[in-house]
Amino acid sequence: MKILVCVKQVPDTTEIKIDPVTNTLIRAGVPSIVNPFDAYALEIAARIKDANPGTEITLLSMGPEQAKDALRECLAVGGDKAYLCSDRQFGGSDTLATSYILASAIEAIEEKEGKFDIIFGGKQAIDGDTGQVGPEIAAHMGLAQVTYASEVSVEGDSIIVKRESDQGYDRISVQKPAVITVVKTAFDPRYPTIKSKMASRKKEITVITANDMPKIDLTRCGLKGSPTKVKKTFTPVRTKSCVKIAEEAAADSAAKLVGLLADAKVL
Amino acid sequence: MRFEEYKNLWVFVETEENAAKPVGYELLRPGRQLADEMGEKLVAVVIGGQVEEAAKRAIEYGADEVILVEGDEYYNYTTDAYSIAMKTLVDKYKPSTILIGATNNGRDLGPKMACDLNTGLTADCTQLGYDAEGGNMAWTRPAFGGNLMATILCPENRPQLGTVRPGVFKRPELAEGREGKITREEIHVEESQIRTKLLERVKEVAEAINLEEAEIIVSGGRGVGGPEGFGVIKELAELLGGVVGASRAAVDAGWIAHAHQVGQTGKTVGPKLYIACGISGAIQHAAGIGGADVIVAVNRDPDAPIFDIADYAVVGDLFQVLPAMMDEIKKLRS
Repeated sequence: MKILVCVKQVPDTTEIKIDPVTNTLIRAGVPSIVNPFDAYALEIAARIKDANPGTEITLLSMGPEQAKDALRECLAVGGDKAYLCSDRQFGGSDTLATSYILASAIEAIEEKEGKFDIIFGGKQAIDGDTGQVGPEIAAHMGLAQVTYASEVSVEGDSIIVKRESDQGYDRISVQKPAVITVVKTAFDPRYPTIKSKMASRKKEITVITANDMPKIDLTRCGLKGSPTKVKKTFTPVRTKSCVKIAEEAAADSAAKLVGLLADAKVL
Repeated sequence: MRFEEYKNLWVFVETEENAAKPVGYELLRPGRQLADEMGEKLVAVVIGGQVEEAAKRAIEYGADEVILVEGDEYYNYTTDAYSIAMKTLVDKYKPSTILIGATNNGRDLGPKMACDLNTGLTADCTQLGYDAEGGNMAWTRPAFGGNLMATILCPENRPQLGTVRPGVFKRPELAEGREGKITREEIHVEESQIRTKLLERVKEVAEAINLEEAEIIVSGGRGVGGPEGFGVIKELAELLGGVVGASRAAVDAGWIAHAHQVGQTGKTVGPKLYIACGISGAIQHAAGIGGADVIVAVNRDPDAPIFDIADYAVVGDLFQVLPAMMDEIKKLRS
């Protein structure tokens, strides 16, 4: 079986701070990590590989040269080979353009390596949080999609997916090939071993550019190929006035709070 | 693309097992206002098994018209059946704008539609506006884990699509008996065109839905200290007739089920009263409670960021403050 896992290198958004003076994001010094949902997707793929010997996991990322670090991390925890899709002409792409480029890259890789049975990705990346690129890759490639998967197994030509729903979960079957996006799983992604880390450093990461995708339509890439435009960005501000209650005894604080809430007709 | 051909604002009212999900009705509130600003009609699109009731209800919640598609293939959501139906409808009626509830199914359908229609989609919007000058929707959404807000336009493609999280807008007032045109469209999708099959449905948590509709939520965070610490949180929630929420820290620690999680990666809530206990108030959590009318925070740390967004900040140990609060509330009621 052949599996592709799409991974994105993202800033660790839990480490991002706002500059109190300029009210803008401080990006300097923020560590880059593998998007956590992509790491869960890779773990699911690695478990399928464990259960189905002979399975090969190919990794694909899009981004600058630096994104190779993320790919290397993934090579140490289950990935067999890796591709980085990188081209200045791809900069500024929104989700529709990004997914079009990734779909074109996947088709170019498939020309060389054969068709993938499953294409995985995280349910969303923690920087953009759109959750759109996975399903859009499916649509561009004409493949079936299942989103919000927390467990995946393969039975013959069928993929069985446990999909999170609003009230619990659904068990869904879909025929190969399909695109599946993954939520936080009940299990943690595996850790690399010293041996697997060493081995990942020796693996080659193939860079593919627009030139390697003969069929790509460049008018659908980058800023000009993106239907959505960012008009402005701003940091959220709250202008609420806060009543602070800090009596010495907790009971007095509680009494004061309940009194205020009752006066405000909240209770 | 001839923009003048694209008219009317659509709200996709998602149904499942013949019942409408609340977010579809919620979106009729901003939908009504935006359609009026645009000088266009507000149309609810209701797709499902047998969902005429939901169609009538959408009119009572403010839609001018409803487009109704019924069929066994729509009783449960599938990407293929729903996207085929929506594509057929959009090609026929050419709406300018489509609002979709950001449920798991809505977030599955939206990007598929964006590709099928070759247009822009803005995910998880928390504010909706209309830029009259350019004639575009102004979609505002959080990014970078809620650290940054971005306003997005889709100026050159139609229809313009956006998903909006449940709980961001309050359901409009119901005008019982309000009438409007319901147009039935016969769109049938062959079984062979639907590539996913539902094998089994497990309903685990009734409370997950209640969070988004709850009037009172009492939430616990890292300061609760462990699963047993949620005892006092539950007690206060029960006393107030509310629901238990939790921060990501408490959920990640395994103290309480993910269904209780409020925030960027959990539920967005809009209760009348939100009581945050032992929650530091990371921006990711704050992003989920912006719709609350009144926020009370109880925290030992006087510098906890949660106090920046709270209306009432109680500095103290939640294990002392909460029992005392319950005594006071009982006194108040007697």
